[in-house]
Amino acid sequence: MRTALFITCFNDTMRPATGRAVVTLLERLGCTVDFPLGQTCCGQMHFNTGYQRDCVPLVRRFGEVFADYDAVVAPSGSCAAMIRHHHKRVAEVAGDRELQQAVRTAPPVYELSEFLVDVLEVTDVGAYFPHRVTYHPTCHSSRMLGVGDRPLALLRAVRGIDLVELPDAAQCCGFGGTFALKNSDTSVAMGADKVRGVLESRAEVLCAGDNSCLMHVGGLLSRLRTGVRTMHLAEILAAGEHSAAQRVGAGDPQYARVTDAAATAGRSPR
Amino acid sequence: MSSAFLGMPPFPQAARRALADTQLRRNLAGATRTIRDKRAEVVRELPDWEELREAGRALKERTLRHLDHYLLQLEERVTAAGGQVHWARDAAEANRIVTRLVQETGEHEVVKVKSMTTQEIGLNEALGSAGITAYETDLAELIVQLGEDLPSHILVPAIHRNRAEIRDLFRREMAEAGEVGDEPAELAEAARRHLRRKFLRAKVGISGANFLVAETGTAVVVESEGNGRMCLTLPETLISVVGIEKVVPTWQDLEVYLQLLPRSSTGERMNPYTSTWTGIEDGDGPRSFHLVLLDAGRSDTLADPIGRQALNCIRCSACLNVCPVYERTGGHAYGSVYPGPIGAVLSPQLRGTGGAVDRSLPFASTLCGACYEVCPVKIDIPEVLVHLRARVVEETGERRRTPSPEALAMRAARWVFSSPARLAAAQRVAALGGRAVGSRGRVGRLPGPLAGWTDARDAPAPARESFRQWWKRTHR
Repeated sequence: MRTALFITCFNDTMRPATGRAVVTLLERLGCTVDFPLGQTCCGQMHFNTGYQRDCVPLVRRFGEVFADYDAVVAPSGSCAAMIRHHHKRVAEVAGDRELQQAVRTAPPVYELSEFLVDVLEVTDVGAYFPHRVTYHPTCHSSRMLGVGDRPLALLRAVRGIDLVELPDAAQCCGFGGTFALKNSDTSVAMGADKVRGVLESRAEVLCAGDNSCLMHVGGLLSRLRTGVRTMHLAEILAAGEHSAAQRVGAGDPQYARVTDAAATAGRSPR
Repeated sequence: MSSAFLGMPPFPQAARRALADTQLRRNLAGATRTIRDKRAEVVRELPDWEELREAGRALKERTLRHLDHYLLQLEERVTAAGGQVHWARDAAEANRIVTRLVQETGEHEVVKVKSMTTQEIGLNEALGSAGITAYETDLAELIVQLGEDLPSHILVPAIHRNRAEIRDLFRREMAEAGEVGDEPAELAEAARRHLRRKFLRAKVGISGANFLVAETGTAVVVESEGNGRMCLTLPETLISVVGIEKVVPTWQDLEVYLQLLPRSSTGERMNPYTSTWTGIEDGDGPRSFHLVLLDAGRSDTLADPIGRQALNCIRCSACLNVCPVYERTGGHAYGSVYPGPIGAVLSPQLRGTGGAVDRSLPFASTLCGACYEVCPVKIDIPEVLVHLRARVVEETGERRRTPSPEALAMRAARWVFSSPARLAAAQRVAALGGRAVGSRGRVGRLPGPLAGWTDARDAPAPARESFRQWWKRTHR
């Protein structure tokens, strides 16, 4: 099976550590993943902000770059949902028969937890992460993709983890793409309630499958100097007891802290 | 639509004001959570809930496809049963018809059953300017009317008020209230005494209808307080103002909605009162019945293949109660009698996207999808929101002589994302910015429109090495 990684433009630019973690994780599980360098963006920002025509070339590019693979894995629920549910609509708006055909025959796109649980059929990925973690189910991963319990099943199998429930977990964090700017007051009000839940959980790490949502909640947690950090699901699942391979993360302060902590196995900072 | 909401600022500004009201935030958080939990409990009881939703959606869509047929059938049956049908193209025409009908009775007072449609057209204000006083008889509507306030929820229009505030209002505005306390039973008793006189005196009743059954020409109102039953049976003249999308073909179809509506709306298995009436009956109820069928943007909405699903709405308000935006801003911020997610897709379609409020509404959502999950007739509200955003963007582009800054930014993003080389170059520029921030790894202040982000949130610094750079360095 030829598997391609769709990193997403956001992760590529803002949080490459997540991409490195996905590669580490999949290679550890014996899955060779390719990264076609022609990839850019799924078009979600354009589509959801009302610029449907502007995302036509992006959808076309996506189809061309990934056409020859058997499966695509993406560490983002909202980008996977965009591709699975809305690329068809973009092709319709464009009125382009060829594009419609390309979208119909495109390989299946899996969000990371779906790929691990459904395609590779693993829940114990051999991770070790001795920290108190709470998980936020992002709206698009849970309501649009229906990933359900998969991320939690993966997290529960991590050795050393202290996984605690997030109060009002299913409530939206308030990010919402350009909503965070256009309606920043409401966005922050929603984020403040999410932060309250995170603090109530007394977790040291807030985990999710979408770095964009984590950037929003993480931005609030950071502004308030709460000492809670955010990590993508992939980064926790990639953490291992002998994590020399993860030292590639050096240079990204947040990632470096995490791998250092993982390296000092057994000595929880709490 | 109702002039009462005229002059409201667009959603983001109205929301900012609402968010600063701590009492409102507390009232809303408490009330929406209570209804949310009640709904979830009674929905869980039904093993065929998903099938019911699907039936509710399919029936509405089929009826709307053949709306002309069912409306004519309805008119024929209502007329045959002794009622009179009036067609109103818009709010102004509906108001003129109702005003004339009331004037023909010689009365100067009417009692009203809670009705979204008459609020939508601003009927009370129109009657008022003709010297006719309309008394709202639903408890929450009464609270809104006495306080010269605006409704903020479809089912519980006074959801933004708590009982201490209502007690103060009753003591101030209601002669019968005396030194009433803040216990719900006491407040309800005061309202009951206040309203009873109005019911017994009124010669004209005005209502909406939740459903119109085409096969028999029957109007249906579901309610909880019994005030509707009073208004529908005691007066000599009954005038019902109903949107054309409220028609269902048969009583069998009605059965589906009478299961879906109360569970979604009040979180009850069954609503306390369901009143149905077919034309007029000698010696029972009103002696004359008028049905005013209202278009007011509905035909236009029906013409839009994606937007038309908003007409499936049965006004249950489940989407309001689960909406994280509504829960924090309340209903007034939506600048319409239809607040919340359904309002954000309904108001811009019924009123058009000419005004700043209606242009802002499709963007008043994170697209979290909680509304779609609970909608009893499966309106894909996020889909319609995104569709309306595209409409607003397109119209804005046509109206302006030069592209908006946002449109320019989107174009630039398209240009960057259309080429991996350009994306890589943009990432190198971003990385320079990241380096400038140093080792703190967070950005406290950003300029221009991005300041909205950093007002309350730190921003992450772009990575020094993008993922694709790392991949090229390590995997080739």
